[in-house]
Amino acid sequence: MPASEASSRAVHEALKAAGVRLVAALPESWIAPLVRRAEADPDLRLVQVGREEEGVGICAGAHLAGVRSALLMQNHGFLQSINGVVSLAMLYRIPLLMLISDRGHLGEEDPWQTEGGRYTRPLLEALNVVHDEMREAGEVKRQVADAMALAEASLAPVALLLTRRLMLEAGR
Amino acid sequence: MTRLECLSAVYDHLRECAVVTIMGGVAAELYSLGHRPNFLYLNHSMGLASSVGLGLALCKPERKVFVLDGDGSLLMNLGSLATTARYAPPNLVHVVFDNQQLQAGGGLPTATATGADLAAIARAAGIQDVSSPADVDAFATAVEDALSGDRHSFIAVKVETTGPALSPTEIHMLENRFEFARAMRSR
Repeated sequence: MPASEASSRAVHEALKAAGVRLVAALPESWIAPLVRRAEADPDLRLVQVGREEEGVGICAGAHLAGVRSALLMQNHGFLQSINGVVSLAMLYRIPLLMLISDRGHLGEEDPWQTEGGRYTRPLLEALNVVHDEMREAGEVKRQVADAMALAEASLAPVALLLTRRLMLEAGR
Repeated sequence: MTRLECLSAVYDHLRECAVVTIMGGVAAELYSLGHRPNFLYLNHSMGLASSVGLGLALCKPERKVFVLDGDGSLLMNLGSLATTARYAPPNLVHVVFDNQQLQAGGGLPTATATGADLAAIARAAGIQDVSSPADVDAFATAVEDALSGDRHSFIAVKVETTGPALSPTEIHMLENRFEFARAMRSR
């Protein structure tokens, strides 16, 4: 099932409207259209990483340079990045905006996604990362702006989950 | 050749650069030569100095960015070499002080002690300008070349294990972080 171009466009436009100028990403199928859009956009600098924790460092560097950024990854990539989130973003008070594809949640049909899906929300809770689900393209702009505002005001990571409902064409 | 000899030889060149060090001896020795607001001593976050440097360099193209890395740290994030090679910011100079051990972590040997060649790995990752100077003068020349050139450079230098093992404590890491961010925004 292809990822929704309309929702990818909405997220892309929301990131730009929130002042994001650098996107660090590790592509996967739900976010691939969004990564392609970021790459084609002369107003955005895409940095495609080999492992998600690199993205935490890159976004921290961007923040220290005074540039707004976002880290785009799968939930399993979030699991991979957690030491960076704790030992860099939290320790150094970096306003890290994470957009996390919500694999393995309700509606998942791929068995291999299901284990990680069980831990996405509990881990965000355990880390005390404020998070929200993005479900409707029409609300994405406001949610991204609000997440960026809170990340910068709190100097802490904030996560937005890219839900199945938002990211897949048929709402699956 | 010691890390401190290398740092002393290039300190004047670092004065105006954005410098990101790893934690431990590199941080302590740079600090001992004279702290600057544009020096960030990255504590913890092991392996991420190279990634922080990449983000800084891409977002501050008018400023030279130095990453002062170590073998143990870089081995934790070797993939960052491939990422950096891909985007190759011309203002980024990545220095690795390779003492072949985890000095701050008890001195156990790293894989560079048993043959892993960080310069060769950097070349194979796609970094075009890689050098491994064998003495302090050659190191200083490599740094000067990197500063005068308009290309991403990677310099791996084998050093003896001397000096302090721990980061400086005179300046709190958050004070250092906010001061550094202000310095980056001031020009």
